[in-house]
Amino acid sequence: MSMAAGLETLQYSFTGSQAAGMFAPVLVGVVGSGNLEVLLEPSPGTACRFEVQTSARGFGSIWEAVLRDFHSRHPLAGVAVAIHDMGATPAVVSLRLAQAAAALP
Amino acid sequence: MSSTLPDRVSYAECSARERIARLFDAGSFREWLPPAMRVMSPHLAQLGVPAAFDDGVAIGEARLAERRVFVGAQEGEFMGGGVGEVHGAKLVGLFKRALRDRPDAVLLLAESGGVRLHEANAGLIAVSEVMRALLDTRAAGIPVIVLIGGANGCFGGMGIVARCADHLVISDIGRLAMSGPEVIEASHGVEEFDSRDRALVWRTTGGKHRFLVGDCDQLVEDDVQVFRAAAVRALDALRPLTLQSLQDEHAVLTQRLHAGEGAEDAVDLWQSLGIAHAGAVPDMNAEQVRTLRQESLA
Amino acid sequence: MKWTDVATQLFGNGHEIRADGEFLSGSATFDGQAIAVVGSTNHAPIGYALALRQAKVVLETIDLHPGRAIFLLIDTQGQQLRRHDELLGINRAMAHLGCCIDLARRRGHRVIGLVYDQALSGGFITSGLIADACDALPEAEIRVMRIPAMARVTKLSEDVLTALSASNPVFAPGVQNYLRMGGVRALWQADLKAGLRDALTHAATDDRRAIDGRERGGRLLAAAVVEQVLAA
Repeated sequence: MSMAAGLETLQYSFTGSQAAGMFAPVLVGVVGSGNLEVLLEPSPGTACRFEVQTSARGFGSIWEAVLRDFHSRHPLAGVAVAIHDMGATPAVVSLRLAQAAAALP
Repeated sequence: MSSTLPDRVSYAECSARERIARLFDAGSFREWLPPAMRVMSPHLAQLGVPAAFDDGVAIGEARLAERRVFVGAQEGEFMGGGVGEVHGAKLVGLFKRALRDRPDAVLLLAESGGVRLHEANAGLIAVSEVMRALLDTRAAGIPVIVLIGGANGCFGGMGIVARCADHLVISDIGRLAMSGPEVIEASHGVEEFDSRDRALVWRTTGGKHRFLVGDCDQLVEDDVQVFRAAAVRALDALRPLTLQSLQDEHAVLTQRLHAGEGAEDAVDLWQSLGIAHAGAVPDMNAEQVRTLRQESLA
Repeated sequence: MKWTDVATQLFGNGHEIRADGEFLSGSATFDGQAIAVVGSTNHAPIGYALALRQAKVVLETIDLHPGRAIFLLIDTQGQQLRRHDELLGINRAMAHLGCCIDLARRRGHRVIGLVYDQALSGGFITSGLIADACDALPEAEIRVMRIPAMARVTKLSEDVLTALSASNPVFAPGVQNYLRMGGVRALWQADLKAGLRDALTHAATDDRRAIDGRERGGRLLAAAVVEQVLAA
């Protein structure tokens, strides 16, 4: 976990079983108030790695729970998920993640 | 009538990328500097603001009714569509590339508050560079078409950039101006401009007004497919800047200055300009306003 | 510095620049050549009408004096913040001024802007910032917006913005800062004639501000991003 004058960066990694293979990067969402953008890219290995940059600090444990829940339903392997967040609720985060997963080939 | 069709998609409610996907020929958009390249703002982290992978603007080339066009679409939800260093440079690059590659037109889907204040000086210089690059493109005979219909409108330096284009399309819910009503109210009080009086805001800066007085060339409904049709109609709308055309423009703007003397409200100005049924305009739909302008010009 | 001092130092006492309220216009002779002058004083707010008055001078110069250089004297508090100006379409009037200056440049008129006191964004974005060169006196200031209004729009506190304006190049209003970012081409030192002479002789006719910003170290990404788009 690291901070840069107001922004918090969080990183998580889960081992996945659903190999995503090669795919063109997928972007969903917009960085607006109460919203977030999610970028999915192929990544070597079996992990699904998440990097979250958020202006709403101090919600690390909630992010972990939401991302873990997403990964339990979409156990992606070989995917890097990059998020820019501006205070989205867990429901909106889950929605964007689901939209992103649905856009994978 | 079109507003009741079940498949009507609101242009205002679409993101920039959704507008691109729906407005241009299916699957034809090829993006330059896509999000995965992470060409982002270097200035936002210090203010605790997250960056966007595309810095709030998507640029590239596409087909519109099979014509090859270049596109720039601003994302109004990110920083109000404000222009920062990278965002502005992407637009400058778009225009410079148009100079080199000569597409049939450059389409700017504008939704912006103008200079991105979080990048202050860098944003101001960026908007100025966009203006210069746009005018270079026009001078080379490549039409520049601006579409305005986002919820955030087209304000500030982008409101000026828009008026540097060959052709403007605006929806009845779109807005085009320079200073936002909140800034004016903050400066000179609520008596000067009540920013919460929506009807006043739209009479003063909204699409129907701008179209009626000639600041925009087409007025459309808030519908992506209607915007598409308008953009296709605009494709060859080259309007060369010459001494004569600028002298004509000067005469129009001078006449408007005089017509507007003593005008308290848009309705007064419309009356002064000889537009019939001025009092009824705020309640008219786009079709009725289009007819009204045609009649007023006759 | 007062516009009258700038004018006298540049053109001597025989210039024909006059102030009509906040509006400056007229002609002068510089290095044996006639030069058209237009601009503002008293930190004028530039509204619809003042933008038109400036455009008229530029159009008359193009029409009646082919090739004559145009000198923009800039001192403005920014755009006029009035509902009436928005109603009339101040953005269109500003764009018109910008297009007139742009046409003058394309027709071979050198257009040189000088911020001699202060300039706020909307007040000179279609004059000084669209000229061949926007130069400035060293003590001048350029701002995007006054801090209280900026605080309201950005939701950043006035304290934060004030601190940033003191130390951060992106926010600091000094023209040295704009010079480093490429927004200002050059600062004129005590010899104003040398400054104008240099501008008329050496200002580029294409927009080199992003390249200047990179070379001077104040704006590192703009030129690179443009190059990336061209190569994409």
